[in-house]
Amino acid sequence: MVKRYGFPLLLALLLAAGTPALAAAPLPDIPKAIKGEQCVEDTGFMRRNHMALLEHQRDDTVQRGIRTRQHSLKHCFTCHVVQDDHSQPVTAADPRHFCRVCHDYAAVQVDCWQCHVSIPEPSATSLRGGQP
Amino acid sequence: MSDEKALSGEKVMNNKIDSYKRRFLAQSAVITGAAALGGGLVLTRVVQARPASQAVSSKNRWGLLIDTRKCANDCDACVQACEMEHGWGRGSSDEQRSSPAQKAQWIRKVTLRDRTTGHETSLPMMCQHCAHPPCVDVCPTGASMKRDDGIVLVDKHRCIGCRYCMMACPYKARSFIHEDLHGQKTASPRGKGTVESCNLCVHRVDQGKIPACAEACPEKAILFGDLKDADSEIARRLASEPSTEIRGDLRLDLGVRYQNI
Ligand code: HEC
Ligand code: HEC
Ligand code: HEC
Repeated sequence: MVKRYGFPLLLALLLAAGTPALAAAPLPDIPKAIKGEQCVEDTGFMRRNHMALLEHQRDDTVQRGIRTRQHSLKHCFTCHVVQDDHSQPVTAADPRHFCRVCHDYAAVQVDCWQCHVSIPEPSATSLRGGQP
Repeated sequence: MSDEKALSGEKVMNNKIDSYKRRFLAQSAVITGAAALGGGLVLTRVVQARPASQAVSSKNRWGLLIDTRKCANDCDACVQACEMEHGWGRGSSDEQRSSPAQKAQWIRKVTLRDRTTGHETSLPMMCQHCAHPPCVDVCPTGASMKRDDGIVLVDKHRCIGCRYCMMACPYKARSFIHEDLHGQKTASPRGKGTVESCNLCVHRVDQGKIPACAEACPEKAILFGDLKDADSEIARRLASEPSTEIRGDLRLDLGVRYQNI
């Protein structure tokens, strides 16, 4: 019984409480991309399916050596960059980071940043020992 | 050519002899073609980098040939290049609390000393990219894997950090990350709780470049190439010069071979 009527009841209560209760949790303010007219796929599609694309790409790259740019994780940060007060790109350790804003809102935690760099590659190519 | 007719006419012939015959026919066709171009024209094969969208294939097998006579005792340019490329050792300020034995080590210099003569041989030691890798056999999750082109590596997305592969490796080629890291390189993601080892610089090889160690060696002691391409320098040298597999008695069919040890 509880199972059957629980949800409509909750909904009715929420509706009864009126809009203020719903407005209490503001939607995330997603930072705008700094580059590009559009995303690597349709924006609506990306919003819902970015995780599937990334997970597919990681297996393609690591296991099959496929290195296309379109769905590559490092490629996301050529456009999705949030800068701090000193115009430096923030990493995923910062709640303002592009990938953090929605995830924090939806209580999603990803482990990617334990290994992956979450800012664009430095333009000056990193030090490489002993090469011309 | 009556043979050719017979081949195309009959689909039933699928035994060994026929495949030999077919290959012979194909080859003679190429030779005829080359001859038709006339003298003075040399055909060299253009080696093209694989397109980014194309998967690796077992048509290639990447490997190294290391000439220890060119490897100086006091030089570790290859180690340093690896550290900088992948962001470990001197290429990183992480792993402060790990002991030297615990720290990452993708490649190291080893000195062999003949007790009788005192002669010393120096060589770089890293993952030997076995064709039959014990680390892959023991991995419970499929994280320790061999790509179709022979490169042995850890898929860190699947690695649970059990370290069976470290125990199984006869070359002590793998290490485990004990601490949170911060200064990783974009091209080489690394993180706590996973095992890692030399991956022959997959990210470079996939772009048609050679591994960082081979590029950095001032004596060109490390030769990188395709063992399955009979025309490659590495395959030609392996065919014409003696080389050694370390612990060849294990019959793991190594992708890394040494000379003059
Ligand atoms: C060429 C630049 C570019 C690249 C590369 C790029 N994006 Fe986008 N992305 C955009 C633009 C432009 C939008 C539209 C919204 C905006 O203007 O910020 C967008 C929107 C999105 C959205 C929806 C955001 C919202 O407002 O709802 C997600 C999620 C997203 N991108 C994820 C990714 C991921 C994951 C990658 C890497 C695989 C990636 N993007 C790569 C430019 C890019
Ligand atoms: C334990 C370390 C580790 C973690 C955690 C990790 N990765 Fe990776 N990832 C790697 C390594 C190593 C590579 C291979 C890099 C190469 O060969 O270029 C890689 C490659 C990739 C690639 C292909 C390269 C690129 O930049 O497009 C994608 C996509 C990817 N990972 C996605 C993810 C996502 C999404 C997460 C989080 C859900 C994640 N990874 C978590 C280590 C890790
Ligand atoms: C528009 C909001 C939004 C943005 C921006 C966004 N994500 Fe997500 N992401 C989500 C939501 C919501 C989920 C959870 C979906 C679910 O569980 O059904 C999710 C889930 C994921 C997952 C799967 C997590 C899991 O445990 O299965 C990965 C991986 C991921 N996101 C990566 C990223 C990366 C990398 C970025 C930045 C390039 C990013 N996301 C940006 C909303 C977003």
